[in-house]
Order: sequence, then structure tokens, then C-alpha cells
Amino acid sequence: MSGLEDLYREIILDHYKNPRNQGELPTPPAVVEQGHNPLCGDEVFVYIEMDGDTIADIKIGGQGCSISRSSASMMSTAVKGKNSEEVHELIHRFKAMMSVEEERPGHEGEADLKEFGELAALQGVVKFPVRIKCATLAWNTLNQALERVQQAG
Amino acid sequence: MDSLSATEIDQMDRVGNRTVAEIRKDFPIYRRAQDSAFVFLDSGASSQKPTAVLDAMDTYYSTTHANVHRGVYAIAERATELYENARVTLGRFIGAPKPAREIVFTKNATEAINLAAYSLARNLLRSESVVVLTEMEHHANLVPWMILKEQIGFEIRYIPFDADGFLDLSHLDEILDGSSIVAATMASNVFGTLTPIKELAEAAHSKGAIFLADGAQYVPHYKIDVKELGIDLLAMTGHKMLGPTGIGALWGREELLKKMPPFMGGGDMIEDVRLDGFTPNEVPYKFEAGTPPIAEAIGLAEAVRYLEAIGMDEIRLHEESLLDYALKTIGENFGDSVVVYGPTDATKKGGVVSFTMEGVHPHDLSQILDQSGVCVRAGHHCAKPVMKRLGVGATARASFYIYNDKSDVDSLVEALAKAQAFFA
Ligand SMILES: Cc1ncc(COP(=O)(O)O)c(C=O)c1O
Repeated sequence: MSGLEDLYREIILDHYKNPRNQGELPTPPAVVEQGHNPLCGDEVFVYIEMDGDTIADIKIGGQGCSISRSSASMMSTAVKGKNSEEVHELIHRFKAMMSVEEERPGHEGEADLKEFGELAALQGVVKFPVRIKCATLAWNTLNQALERVQQAG
Repeated sequence: MDSLSATEIDQMDRVGNRTVAEIRKDFPIYRRAQDSAFVFLDSGASSQKPTAVLDAMDTYYSTTHANVHRGVYAIAERATELYENARVTLGRFIGAPKPAREIVFTKNATEAINLAAYSLARNLLRSESVVVLTEMEHHANLVPWMILKEQIGFEIRYIPFDADGFLDLSHLDEILDGSSIVAATMASNVFGTLTPIKELAEAAHSKGAIFLADGAQYVPHYKIDVKELGIDLLAMTGHKMLGPTGIGALWGREELLKKMPPFMGGGDMIEDVRLDGFTPNEVPYKFEAGTPPIAEAIGLAEAVRYLEAIGMDEIRLHEESLLDYALKTIGENFGDSVVVYGPTDATKKGGVVSFTMEGVHPHDLSQILDQSGVCVRAGHHCAKPVMKRLGVGATARASFYIYNDKSDVDSLVEALAKAQAFFA
């Protein structure tokens, strides 16, 4: 099943089967945001608890396909302990990686992907356009959660 | 399965007096797909089109296209004649007593339901009114009523369904009490289960309510007689019954249609327009505002002729045999690791199998099946309340039609095994 290996990298399947940071956080003090993929009915809950400007804890709830769950799982490990500016930067870069070639800003080269660590495994998703929304669902939801924190603060 | 008889296999590979192999020759998509596997199991979402349908539309455009009901010249008259004949062909197909006056062409079933809902609401629905739907409706028969409810403020009640996907009629009398409109699907697009339409229509009428049936999943697969069923309105969609996209219809009893106000306004739907008002045209034209989908109506009529030539009873028999085989083979091969939603008795449902595989999300499943050329639908099937009841976000759904045969079911099962191994 060639082609599929691009989409379903080992690391993706690992995060799908053993999702990190799964669960809930009490709100408040945490903030929760819900995201939907209207196409397939996937839903994600992103709980974040801030310590000042830093994401002190994050939990992921909901249900979805391997791409959306593993993306959420990897995201949770990538953003934990980062401040909002770093997280926004990561969200921006992740979404750039997920956008189709023509829209991708020129400077997002190989070097950037290396710094991405595990997240780079999701780059194969771009070849399956209907799945891009699965991969970005948690990230958009995290963005909304951060907006909510800002509004409250 | 070890005990398939020759007759059983034959029923899967034949529809009436034609083999599936022959039928596939009528569908150009099977020719294009020849070099790679093409196992199309998503007719529940939209069916493929036979050459006859494409040719009918093509011939119309290349020989007689002109606007209908307007020009006084030969090709315009021919276009009008073809369009009006299409109306009669579709009307007769569903047993309409007055096909020329009772079929309103729309864009699809969704528009047919919206037309019925908005038009009925104007004269019938007040804040104290009650509209009854079922819990297994497609969004097309939920959301229009919800939008109207926001405006008017009536009550929506739901007939529930049981664990097998059958409507639970034990409290029907109470639920229908005081209702003015009852609207229900004829076949669930998730479970494939059939609803007792005749009984529902009778119960609705006993309360003085109007009964609307959503035939989107039923009309393509079964013989139907609207008079015999005793319904008032029927929504249909062309693209699921071998016809083109962009065409559907609302059938309504003539007396009822006459009483219903227009839904959309514009050209063709009027008899007279003055600056101080308008007089609507007669039925069915008063519901068809603007230039209609002429070629699509002609294509749909050709699809109806194609279906009639094969025979609706034969189509049902064929689908039932595939369904029976699919349910048994999936059960035997996957046991509890694949959950099938709805009854496992093929005689009780349409040619639809909704299922989930343990540990594999439907979205991933359908992606992996696609590698084997197997096309199934994955998602919530525009029935999110049903998904919620089942406690799943989505299911995978395989659905059958006249161009499917035993080998398609075998390919599905093989591909499912690959998917299971991939995620194991
Ligand atoms: C039961 C049911 N009703 C209505 C519809 C809507 O059909 P259309 O999208 O052609 O309007 C569908 C299509 O999926 C359906 O399955």
C-alpha cells in the first residue's frame, strides 16, 4: 500500500494509539475550546491552563480519525511549557506546512521542518487534501482557546 | 461463506434478465476505470450515470435547446415538450394520479423539502402549532423546519427509533396529537431501515395533519405508488437514481398543491404581474420560478426509463441478495471487531451497510479502502443526531445499486481485512 505510508507514518500511528495528554482539566482555572470538522463529524476539546503567559498544562478530549488525533497529541507535547508568542509562531508554521504548495510561503524550507521534530511526520497529509482539515482541527481550536484567554485576561 | 447456492450467486451477478457485467457496459465510468480497480459502493450518496442519460442531455443541447414555455418557434416548442414529458414520465413512475400537474421540478430533494416546508408554513404554522419529524431524518428534513421554527416558534416533536434503527411507534398517538405537519424519511440513509410510511400517513391524517415523505433514499430502489401509500407530498432527488445532479422533484396531491402559496418568485411562476401585485400561475408552474433545469429534467426522465426497463422489483431483489451476502460475510470475517448498525436481516432494509471497525476511524478506513479502489462513504451522513444516538462521530457506509455484484462485496471484505491489519 504505497502512498499510504506517506500519510500514516509510524509516529502518527503511535500518537493515534497512545495519545499524549488525553483528558480534561477543571475549568476554571483552565479554559476549554471545542472544534468541529463538519465534514466528518470529528470533534476536539482543547483544555489549556496558563501560568502567566505560558501554557502550563494542556489536555485533549473528543474523538476523531488517526490524523486529527495524532496531530492533536503531537501538538499538545509541542506547545506545553511554551509562551503564547512561541505557540502562535508554531501554529503559524504548522498551518503553513499544511497549506497547498502555491500558498506556502517560500521560506518554509527543509531546515524548518527539521526543527519541527515529530510534527514533520504530518507533512504527508498535504498530498491528501481532504485530510488537511483533520490535521489542522486541533491547531485552530488551540488558537481559539488562546484568544479566549486573551479576552479574559 | 461455504453454502452459497448457484441461484444466490446468480442473483448477485444479475438484475432481472441482464447480468451486472452487461449493465456496467452502459456506465462509461466503468470503462474509464478499467485499468485500475473500481469498486463503487457509494450510490447512497450519488449514483453513476448510464450513457443513455448522458446522451439524452447531450442530444437535447445539441439539437433542440431553447428556453421552455416562452418561444413560439419549433425548437422552443420541442424543448417545452421534452421538459413537460419528463414531468409526466417521473410522475407516472411514482404512481402520481395527475403527473402533468403534480410534479414540481426542483434542484434536489433538499430544495423539494424546503419548498414544501416554507410554503406549508405560511398558511399552516403558528407559534402554537406542532410539526412532527423522526429522530433519523437527514439534515435536509431537519434544518428547514428548525429555521422556520426560529421564525414562527412552533413545536417540533420527534418520533424516536430503536436500537435496530426502526421507528418506535409505541407513543405515536401522543406524539402526533395536535400536529399540522408530519414529515418522515421513507428509508434511513444510515441504517437502510424502511419506515412504515402508510401507517404514518394514516396516523397523521387521523389528526388532520399533512404528510410529507422524504423519498431520497427510497425512490431509486423500490417500486412506489404515492396513491397507494396515501401520502400528500413526496421529495425526490435525481442524482441518486441514475439521473444528473441539479434535478429533483416534489410530488404533491393536486388539490393540496393548489392551496399552497408559492415558495420562490420570478419568471414562469406567474400568470400576471402588475405593479401592485401578481397572480400566480397554475400548478405545478407556480412553484417553478425562473428558467428550470431543462436538460437535467430530460436526463432524469431517461434515467427513469432505464430503471423501468430493468424493473424496480428486480433491482430490489438484486440489492437484497448483495446486502444479505455482505452482512453475512462481514459478520463471518470480522466478528465483533466490525459493528454493523441497523438490522442484520436483509429483507428489512435497503441496500445500505453502515459500520465501524474497532480501532480504525471511518475516515482512515475509507482512505485505506480507496487504495484498493473501494469507494465507501465515511462520515456522519448528514444525520448528526443519529450519530449522537449511536454514540459514534461517524460510520463507514457501503451502499449497493444495479452495477454492483458479488465481486464488489468480496473486494470490500478483502480491503477491510487490509485496513484492519494496517492499524493492528
Ligand atoms: C434521506 C435523505 N434525504 C435527503 C437527502 C438530500 O438529497 P439531496 O442532497 O440530493 O438534496 C439525502 C441525501 O443524502 C438523503 O439521504
